[in-house]
Amino acid sequence: MVPAADNQTRSENETKWQLGMLLSRPFFSIGRAVIRWINILGAATVFLFLALVKVFRSKQLSKIVQQLYYIGARSTTIIMLVSVFTGMVLGLQSYHALVKFGAQGAVGTLVALSLIRELGPVLTAIMITARAGSAITAEIGIQRISEQIDALHTMRIDPLRHIISPRVTAAIISFPILTTVFDLIGMIGGYISGVMLLGLNSGVYFHSIQANVEMKDISDGLIKAIVFAVIVATVCCYQGYFAHMRRDSHGAQAVGLATTSAVVISCVLILVSDYVVTSLLI
Amino acid sequence: MNTPLIKFKDVTKSFGDRTVLERVNLEIYEGEVTTIIGLSGAGKSVLLKLIIGLLKPDEGTILLRGKPVSKMKKKEINAAFAQMSYMFQGNALFDSLTVYENIALPLLETTNLKKSEIDRRVMARIEQTELTDAVKKFPSELSGGMQKRAALARALITDPKIVLFDEPTTGQDPVRKNAILSMIAQYHRKFGFTAILVSHEIPDVYFISNRVLALYERTIVFQGTPEELEDFDHPFKDEVIHSLEALQKELTGLYSKRQFKVLNHAQMRRRAFGDTYCIAVFTLEDINSIIRYLGHDAVQEAIRRMGLYIDKHFGVIGGFSTRRNTNEIVTVLPYSDITEAENILKYFVKDFQGLEINDIWTGVRRRVAMAGPVEFTILAGIAQGQPIAEIDSVIDSAKSHQKEIWTATMRRRGEKI
Repeated sequence: MVPAADNQTRSENETKWQLGMLLSRPFFSIGRAVIRWINILGAATVFLFLALVKVFRSKQLSKIVQQLYYIGARSTTIIMLVSVFTGMVLGLQSYHALVKFGAQGAVGTLVALSLIRELGPVLTAIMITARAGSAITAEIGIQRISEQIDALHTMRIDPLRHIISPRVTAAIISFPILTTVFDLIGMIGGYISGVMLLGLNSGVYFHSIQANVEMKDISDGLIKAIVFAVIVATVCCYQGYFAHMRRDSHGAQAVGLATTSAVVISCVLILVSDYVVTSLLI
Repeated sequence: MNTPLIKFKDVTKSFGDRTVLERVNLEIYEGEVTTIIGLSGAGKSVLLKLIIGLLKPDEGTILLRGKPVSKMKKKEINAAFAQMSYMFQGNALFDSLTVYENIALPLLETTNLKKSEIDRRVMARIEQTELTDAVKKFPSELSGGMQKRAALARALITDPKIVLFDEPTTGQDPVRKNAILSMIAQYHRKFGFTAILVSHEIPDVYFISNRVLALYERTIVFQGTPEELEDFDHPFKDEVIHSLEALQKELTGLYSKRQFKVLNHAQMRRRAFGDTYCIAVFTLEDINSIIRYLGHDAVQEAIRRMGLYIDKHFGVIGGFSTRRNTNEIVTVLPYSDITEAENILKYFVKDFQGLEINDIWTGVRRRVAMAGPVEFTILAGIAQGQPIAEIDSVIDSAKSHQKEIWTATMRRRGEKI
């Protein structure tokens, strides 16, 4: 026979233990998620490093040029379209804000600096993620689930060199160029709304840009573009390359979810890294 | 015996909680065609992926030429695996590349050959695999059979020493299946590579295999020649081989070798001492030359139609047939003596030359891929046996008495000259 007092103590201990488990459960989940994210971050860093190292192997140039056309040249139209309207709306908004202080002469400066420092790199990166990044993830994901990447392994062709490296390199080259295109076309957009539609003086518009935009503004914008390029290319390639290892889905569904994840994660990381880089550069 | 080219020692592989292979022991020898048979999902593809290094074993050792892979240096591993080639079950062709680009890819990426040399090699393989019309097409524009051949051409483009074929005949019609197996056998003879096949094509795959490995319930339960497999007493035989053979009968219309022997044995048991039976052996002569001119498909179609006709003709009088070799059909006439059998054969030849031959060549004509006059010769021979005699010796005797029953020269598009 077990004494009643012992039973009561045991029952109290069990209740305490269960309560402790209940309270610690969120910490377990957070801990597991943190460890998983650190693992992914580590793996993605190694993935990027290997891809960059393999750029310097033979027979890479033609593949890089092909990807430059795909990621860079074919994104030009959409970048120009977005940038012209971004510039126009910037010109419009800044004119109506500045005219209250009689400072409408600074419209050019405001449009140019907003574009060069911030909107150019960020919007370009987001637009390329939507257009080329998603396609990269889907393409690599399909290659993975249809065993094309395994086939490369069996042919002794390094998939990182053959598939990933040219895409990462092409992104690092195209992002700054497309950002520059975005900035220039955006300033033309600002000119259309500020000068052609609202009657600002053309000379004042261009003079304010020339006088107030410094080389550092341009270089900071391009540094951001390169950072975004590395982030977008790594995230999109990584998601596609490891689409078969997703726990939440398999096959075509895994490719679909990998594509969605690639776009969402890229966009969030673009904005987070934008703040970090800006604070470091400013 | 020689050191095995590939040896598995107690290899185990699991995916999560599921153990796919458990303490697998096997040996594969150089220069041979080794076939792995087993039910779907038994782990055959995993076995191939372990051999080529796409997967690593959880336990156990894989030895290449007697040396454990786990103890090899990276350079040695790369050199060993560079001699291997893999033909995937789903082909794994690059869908954004044309057939030519797919086949040329391994040469472009792993060699420093000049473009003209690459072009020469690729075009040679394309011609051998009858893909000349598909050079500029993308994989999605090809039929299943053509995709298989493109994958085969790509697997062979680097002249590998070891080629792994993961169900090379899946999704093909009976003629194409035999054509692919015949193609593998032909290339194996021509290039001397070691072939490791995963296949369900029982018994056709036996014709080209030197050794068979049976994978059953996560482990290898049999290793040996196809003939030795016939005497293998294990539940594997009932569950796997018999079910696959039954399917085969439906596809080709002929009995498998094993079923043929069982049927013959049953017939003989009913016979009294002194009764006789006859065996007829039909052979399509010089099959390799015909394949060279007309392609594998046309020849397989001819053999298939020939088999069906023989089965139909002799089946009426109680005969039953099997395909004994790629170009050989054996028929048992259970209730006849040699004179009667000779008369039956005479009628058969008359019918064959008159009407049925047209049916066979109509099929061939549809599948002819290449030009060139080529001579077809069909031989037939009969021999008489007694119930106590071994069937193999009667077949050999019939073969030694074979005579030409039909010959013709075919020219372009399969028309008779």
